[in-house]
Amino acid sequence: MRIIVNGEEKDVDGPGLGDVLRQCGYDNEHVATALNGEFVHRHLREDTRIRPGDRIEVVSPIAGG
Amino acid sequence: MVEFYGKTVSNPLLLGTARYPSPAIMAEAVRASAAEIVTVSLRREAGGSSAGQKFWQLIRSLDVAVLPNTAGCHSAREAVTTAHMAREIFQTDWIKLEVIGHQDTLQPDVFGLVEAARILVEDGFRVFPYTTEDLVVAERLLHGGCEVLMPWGSPIGTGRGINNEYGLRSLRTHFDTVPIVVDAGIGLPSHAARAMEIGCDAVLLNTAVARAADPVAMAQAFCEAVAAGKKAWEAGPMEPSGFAHPSTTDAGRGQFV
Repeated sequence: MRIIVNGEEKDVDGPGLGDVLRQCGYDNEHVATALNGEFVHRHLREDTRIRPGDRIEVVSPIAGG
Repeated sequence: MVEFYGKTVSNPLLLGTARYPSPAIMAEAVRASAAEIVTVSLRREAGGSSAGQKFWQLIRSLDVAVLPNTAGCHSAREAVTTAHMAREIFQTDWIKLEVIGHQDTLQPDVFGLVEAARILVEDGFRVFPYTTEDLVVAERLLHGGCEVLMPWGSPIGTGRGINNEYGLRSLRTHFDTVPIVVDAGIGLPSHAARAMEIGCDAVLLNTAVARAADPVAMAQAFCEAVAAGKKAWEAGPMEPSGFAHPSTTDAGRGQFV
């Protein structure tokens, strides 16, 4: 299915958010996620089903002021 | 000593970690500043990258508390989601809450700020709100559960110093037990010293150190400046006068004409 990950279209299998992260090459331990603008806790990723057109944000630490 | 949500820090200088020439210079500047709290952020990461993890390991090696920000958020909803992501990654309930309202000045959207602060306090966050010097907004933030105020000195990254000293003094007078951190716009150690001289509890800055020709030396200069300013406030500055007063007594002055 086609979804948007960090603003880019991706073709993924899913079905869960955890699966999508692995399919996109993310290390689950060091990123935080949001689905369609809502935070998804690390422990809920495997149980969160992804649907076509979903928007996923995957972020990690960076320098900040 | 200043206390933020039960944590006591002895150095009133909080330092940002962005815009340094290199991660190594950033780390050295943090050490030179003696800052006990540094700010960090979150950004999109590409699959397969370990850049975020490496940065986080470097910060952890500095043995400082982290204050994650919601930089770049333009709505309460964005800021709330970002805060939750930051809490999970950085393992802290502290959040420097920024809701930006104006693209040119990066002025806080104080309406969105108050709304987001209230939601985040209910969600168990300890909120450091990046705000203006507006008294009414400060009242709303405190009423919403914030226990720290972070008014701007001047717009982020401008280095203009304190634009509205009267406003900051007014905040200090009205909220005399709330920790006040001047955040943004500090360009020189003298600006930071000034903030402390008028009774603010701490200063948060980034660009003034990171963009100095020698960030490490500048970090140390800021550390010394906030210490001097704090001591001056505690010592009780003299009141300015409109008239001259001789320092040296006239009594006993010789008559030569």
